[in-house]
Amino acid sequence: MMIGIVSAAYISAAVLFIFSLGGLSGQESAKRAVWYGIVGMALAVIATVFGPGMGNWFIIVLMIAGGAVLGHYVASRVQMTEMPQLVAALHSFVGLAAVFVGFNAHIEAARIAGMDATARAMLSGFAGILAHKDPVELAIMKVEVFLGVFIGAVTFTGSVVAFGKLAGKVDGKSNKLPGGHFLNAGAAVLSLILLLMCVNGAGVWTLILMTLLAFFIGYHLIMGIGGADMPVVVSMLNSYSGWAAAAIGFTLGNDLLIVVGALVGSSGAILSYIMCKAMNRSFVSVILGGFGGGSTGPAMAIEGEQIAIDADGVASALNDADSIVIVPGYGMAVAQAQQPVAELTRKLRAAGKTVRFAIHPVAGRLPGHMNVLLAEAKVPYDIVLEMDEINDDFPSTDVVIVIGSNDIVNPAAQEDPNSPIAGMPVLEVWKAKQVFVSKRGHGTGYSGIENPLFYKSNTRMFYGDARKSVEQLLPLSL
Amino acid sequence: MKTIVGAPKELFLGDARVALTPDSALHLQKLGFECLVELGAGQKSGFSDEAYRSAGVTVVDSAAELYDQAHVVVKVRPPEPSEMERLRPGQTLISFFYPTQNKELLEQAKHTGANVIAMDMVPRISRAQKMDALSSMANIAGYRAVIEAGNNFGRFFTGQVTAAGKVPPAKVLVIGAGVAGLAAIGTATSLGAITYAFDVRPEVAEQIESMGAEFVFLDFKDQVADGAATDGYAAPSSPEFREKQLRKFRELAPEIDIVITTALIPGRDAPKLWLADMVAMMKPGSVIIDLAAERGGNCDLTVAEQRVVSDNGVVVVGYTDFPSRMAAQASTLYSTNIRHMMADLTPAKDGKIVHNMEDDVIRGATIAFEGGITFPPPPPKIQAIATQKPKEREKEPTPEEKRAVEAAAFKAQSRSQAILLLVATVLLLIVGSQAPASFMNHFVVFVLACFVGFQVIWNVSHSLHTPLMAVTNAVSGIVILGALLQIGSGSWLVVVLAALSVLVATINIVGGFMVTRRMLAMFQKS
Repeated sequence: MMIGIVSAAYISAAVLFIFSLGGLSGQESAKRAVWYGIVGMALAVIATVFGPGMGNWFIIVLMIAGGAVLGHYVASRVQMTEMPQLVAALHSFVGLAAVFVGFNAHIEAARIAGMDATARAMLSGFAGILAHKDPVELAIMKVEVFLGVFIGAVTFTGSVVAFGKLAGKVDGKSNKLPGGHFLNAGAAVLSLILLLMCVNGAGVWTLILMTLLAFFIGYHLIMGIGGADMPVVVSMLNSYSGWAAAAIGFTLGNDLLIVVGALVGSSGAILSYIMCKAMNRSFVSVILGGFGGGSTGPAMAIEGEQIAIDADGVASALNDADSIVIVPGYGMAVAQAQQPVAELTRKLRAAGKTVRFAIHPVAGRLPGHMNVLLAEAKVPYDIVLEMDEINDDFPSTDVVIVIGSNDIVNPAAQEDPNSPIAGMPVLEVWKAKQVFVSKRGHGTGYSGIENPLFYKSNTRMFYGDARKSVEQLLPLSL
Repeated sequence: MKTIVGAPKELFLGDARVALTPDSALHLQKLGFECLVELGAGQKSGFSDEAYRSAGVTVVDSAAELYDQAHVVVKVRPPEPSEMERLRPGQTLISFFYPTQNKELLEQAKHTGANVIAMDMVPRISRAQKMDALSSMANIAGYRAVIEAGNNFGRFFTGQVTAAGKVPPAKVLVIGAGVAGLAAIGTATSLGAITYAFDVRPEVAEQIESMGAEFVFLDFKDQVADGAATDGYAAPSSPEFREKQLRKFRELAPEIDIVITTALIPGRDAPKLWLADMVAMMKPGSVIIDLAAERGGNCDLTVAEQRVVSDNGVVVVGYTDFPSRMAAQASTLYSTNIRHMMADLTPAKDGKIVHNMEDDVIRGATIAFEGGITFPPPPPKIQAIATQKPKEREKEPTPEEKRAVEAAAFKAQSRSQAILLLVATVLLLIVGSQAPASFMNHFVVFVLACFVGFQVIWNVSHSLHTPLMAVTNAVSGIVILGALLQIGSGSWLVVVLAALSVLVATINIVGGFMVTRRMLAMFQKS
């Protein structure tokens, strides 16, 4: 295939990718948008494979076939509650691939540097591009390789740790080595020094050492971040995987890689921003981990008592209510309660009641996690609303059921200026006539903050496993 | 031997309530108590002796017998002197008592040596809400007041347009938005009336509006009646304030069809708020229900226990027994309050009374204990109601101010954008002066792609963030291109690494797209 045709294919692919991301603005257009992405990717790969200077066809076919089978297997088996883990795992793959490609570029450059002029002229493909670079371009390329490998390596170990935490294989708590973030900062500074040494002609060992340092940073950084901050972490890693791809694109002089990398990178960055905003915390404070740094005084004393209620009580209140709002959180995902919740929703809706869901941006462990779980359980998406859409409706709501969420419905964020979560936007469920909180036990939420909601006079605690609790309600409601 | 709880018949003439219902008896039995009731005590509330018996309650023939057997006597009205005589040391009496007004009765209680718990003295803290009998009775009174008003009012509450003509809605004014006032507001609003409400405590405006009434706002600067200082009740107001308030009422009087007054100040006679001249201004057929009649009434014309009609045909109702007029409901709620009190008195649920004078609620409600008077109680450890935050009424900014603010914001935004652009340009120039042309080409592409990315991603719906992550995952598998370009290399190491990259990148692409498709297919419209 001619180089011109390849370029044309790349342009089409880039446009298709932009369409693909843009199409996600609505549920219906999204279904079409995925196909844009698939076609774009197919175009890009085919154009590259049949482009000039390719070789080792057998290996390409084998690897693509193998990857496709594995990818298919994973994608068709994954549970929707396991989506955060899957996303994290896929990020790690991108990181790993970026590391490999970066190393290859370095090795290839070293190999070509050892050739004489005639042999260079014979080279084609990537090696050919390298052969034509002048010394300044080669130095820039080294920086690009360093960047690509660094980001890729951080993404790789970071995503592996995030995967472990989300899958429950690694302790979800914040866990740092002594020295904390100074270790990370030190490793980063060391990497920068190695970069300068490499640009000035030091050997491949600098690259290898830097990779190891970057692996460490990725591991240590994410180990230090607690479970409920995972939405930010996962979006951040998403962003990194994009930047890694873009850096590789620079190395290889491939515009499509640059474009796609930049798209993914900015997408992840925006998601991280939205998540941080929803927690009223700066990005840095999330990365540095832990709540409670900014507290300036004693928390407001909570009065009253938590009053428990049984399934009969909840059911009769539901039967009497006209408008019901359900606020799901991570606890619903953990208990796999989305199916009974959806069943309850169907029953209540069939009885002519208005049932809606209120989703806080950081509910769950992944941006939009609750939406996917509810969609899986066949809850229609037009009754699943965002925080801003529903917050004004709580005063006119009869019953709110909070299932497995805590901090995102904590009135202390608004009422107590000394609370560690003061100022965080929360769902104002306490304004409803009646609130039922389905909760496993008496403990505090992830942030360790007492929730005054549980002590309000219109709140009743419905203790027990979320799934069992909701299943108890099913036969009792209309 | 089990502790016995007994409820006598109410002696006060015409009170139909009873302090123990078959239902509450069942609960008390669960706490380990045995229950007694005097013959016919529940008759007027609709609870037959048979119903009591089937709930496991022993029915005794006379009050004397009951007082003799019971360890705990529960009743509604404050005890008559004759009842006090029957009490013996160690016995517990739980009922309304009003110790401030009934000093003599309190003395008598001391001499009997019995422990007396006054339901009207239960402190107003969240924990004690379940035994707040004053509130449950006030709630009933508020409801009944509206019903009584409807009974005396010759028109509909709700406005209607019928074939026979148009009916305007009734206008109801509720004075005093305590529990009774709020209940009255709720009832009147749900019957379709246009409801106004007034209270001297500005902090209740929100509650009034939440019940569907319009708060009659009085613009008065000095008045910061803080509910927390007076235990949640209203305090007497200054003469200037009162003047202003009365002027407001005079303004309203000609339009209002029904007035329900519930204004009470603890320990004093009811304030006169609806004066004779206001009654004279009202339309004939209007109704005034005075819930403060027992304490002198809020209206000049009120006669306690009676319904009077003014010269201009306004009905003034001064009944004092509204809860008793709904005896079944009142007994159910009151007996539940009593049951909760009993539950607090038996922390172990073993039928053994533990009169814990350290407990804020029990201490506050106990007025006589082991032969001594324990009234008034020390102030409770927990403050009843959080101190009111000074509420500032936000001033509407004038159009000029608004424009000025907007202009300033616009300027600030322009400035910050200009600075950003300048910095970015300088940085780009520095990079451009150093880097070779081939790099700059790619760099331009990169920067533009970042911008496109930002524009596109902001439009993504929040609910699709997980699919977005999955699809960007798939798309970032584009690193496969890098690996594909390298796989033709002459170095075996490069080939191996490139092959591995192709493998993992393909997993990413296929897995990412497939899982996105799976997710999106699940999103369904109702």
